[in-house]
Amino acid sequence: MSERTVAVGSAQGLHARPASIFTEAAKKSPVKVTVARPGGKPVDAASMLLVMTLAVKQGEEIVLRAEGDGADLALDGLAELLARDLDTAS
Amino acid sequence: MSVAEATRLVGVGVGRGLVVGPVVRVHPAPVVPADGGPPDADVDAAFEAVGDVLRAQADVATGTLADVLRATAGIATDPALREEVARRVAAGERPAQAVDRSVEQFAQMFLAAGGPLAERVTDLRSVRDRVVARLLGEAEPGVPVLARPSVVVAHDLAPADTAALEIEKVLAIVTVHGGPTGHTAIIAGQLGIPCVVRVPGAAALADGEEVAVDAAAGTVERAPGEDRHEQARARRSAAAELEKDTSPGRTAEGHPVALLANVGSPADARRAVGVEGSGLFRTEVLFLGHASAPTLAEQTAAYADVLRAFGGRKVVVRTLDAGADKPLPFADQPGEENPALGVRGYRLVRREPGLLRTQLAALAAAADATGVDPWVMAPMIATVSETEEFVDLARSAGLRGPVGVMVEVPSAALRAADLLAVADFVSLGTNDLAQYTMATDRLRGSLVDLLDPWQPAVLDLVAATARAARAVGKPVGVCGESAADPLMALVLVGLGVTSLSMSAGAVPSVRYAVGRHTRARCAELAQLALASRTAHEARAAVRAAVDDQVGATLGL
Repeated sequence: MSERTVAVGSAQGLHARPASIFTEAAKKSPVKVTVARPGGKPVDAASMLLVMTLAVKQGEEIVLRAEGDGADLALDGLAELLARDLDTAS
Repeated sequence: MSVAEATRLVGVGVGRGLVVGPVVRVHPAPVVPADGGPPDADVDAAFEAVGDVLRAQADVATGTLADVLRATAGIATDPALREEVARRVAAGERPAQAVDRSVEQFAQMFLAAGGPLAERVTDLRSVRDRVVARLLGEAEPGVPVLARPSVVVAHDLAPADTAALEIEKVLAIVTVHGGPTGHTAIIAGQLGIPCVVRVPGAAALADGEEVAVDAAAGTVERAPGEDRHEQARARRSAAAELEKDTSPGRTAEGHPVALLANVGSPADARRAVGVEGSGLFRTEVLFLGHASAPTLAEQTAAYADVLRAFGGRKVVVRTLDAGADKPLPFADQPGEENPALGVRGYRLVRREPGLLRTQLAALAAAADATGVDPWVMAPMIATVSETEEFVDLARSAGLRGPVGVMVEVPSAALRAADLLAVADFVSLGTNDLAQYTMATDRLRGSLVDLLDPWQPAVLDLVAATARAARAVGKPVGVCGESAADPLMALVLVGLGVTSLSMSAGAVPSVRYAVGRHTRARCAELAQLALASRTAHEARAAVRAAVDDQVGATLGL
């Protein structure tokens, strides 16, 4: 099991557009990725609906987890994405 | 179908425009039948198809609409939602029922979380409606994406539907239900889109068929001939001619009558050119669609934006008018049995005083930021005590411009002299004044005859209010839709009304009509209306006495 903890960089938090960009990326990843608040219940990172219910604000940390071949590479990509401000990304 | 069968459908027109164009229907949301719908419907295919349609629509849309469509497409392909539906179907639920219940489960979760999540519930339910419609074999519900300029035909349009319309492609709006003072009509009027409401025959109109919509006559004509095309062009060029005149409102002898626009947002304010300012800035529009009240900073920015758009011209701000037909999630009192007579408008201060205080503080901050002092008024004032309270609140918030109240309740009209001893001005909201004078729900389209602003009892109250204002030399405006009717505008001027605020699109016709009559002539027209026994007789008497050229040019 690989794991990354990352602070969300988007100004509005993980909502609307940032949530949509993140879950689209998670959908394309070769392994199943989960996301959770530290100590919280993990949810499917490819589900925008579930990701939004985490209601993560800018600067708050979340934990990404995945297992299997390519897990580390996938998590690195997603963690890098989350750290950026996706509201202003074009 | 025989030729005689309903080639000309009749309703109630809003505005003066005449257009010819193809019909696009807005289909209502599907209802899951008691048996749950067909057992073998392919739920995955339905979700995929809805996702594809939404993505295709997003690709041709722009701005916010494109973002909303893309996010909604994301919901249709959401793995968690799909798993929940699959689980329910495996457990024996019918597909349509499973979709309905799964979406509702997420919607409840979002509503419980509140904040920005609660605002996504509309998108969730829109996916439910679209997928369920497919599973039941019904037409795609909701507002379609318009491929070309079209006449939008609906049973009724919710404010959210109207917001989803690509206005620049809407030639006209036709509804089966609704009323001339309902919100679809008001928004259409504001945007200058011809609109005909309460057209029972409109339910039979088919997608793609060509119709002529005449808002001045309140008709929708099927298979219009070349003559109608010609008339539409003529009406357009006459309107364009009147629009060239952007001078201040004046009677024939030069007595000023301020002509103002009703606006709801900074975008409306920027569209309001060729007017002397705004006689009604409806602030609740900024609050609609929010799960919680906008912050002081958000409100300050929005108000400053509107003040700047008018560049020093007069702006009359109406404080939050929520409740009854304009529900807001954070101001609503569930279980009001009679919301139009309940806690609405200024009365919200009894339950949520913070809302008004924040709003007045934001207006004062916007005034400081822009150097423009807005006029401020409170809606739904019934007594002089409420008037005193509001004036105190506004002054202690630091507002320096005129502070007034709206006259929408008969008690305020009857005691206007008392109100005007305290307030700097009054503004008549004729839609609500008619509703409360005639004891007629303004959303009850079937009672539209009782809501007619030409009802002599309503005119009596307008006259009483104007008389009280004239006695003390204070301004009395009208900001209801009746000011947009050129004939009524003449009567209002004759009664002593000093400013008329209406949808921006109506101003050129009113400017023209007022400019062709003296104030003395307007007073005679007002007397004709007041001397009539019925609304119909009042209008007919004024129509017969109005300047011939005005009647002909405006197609009155």
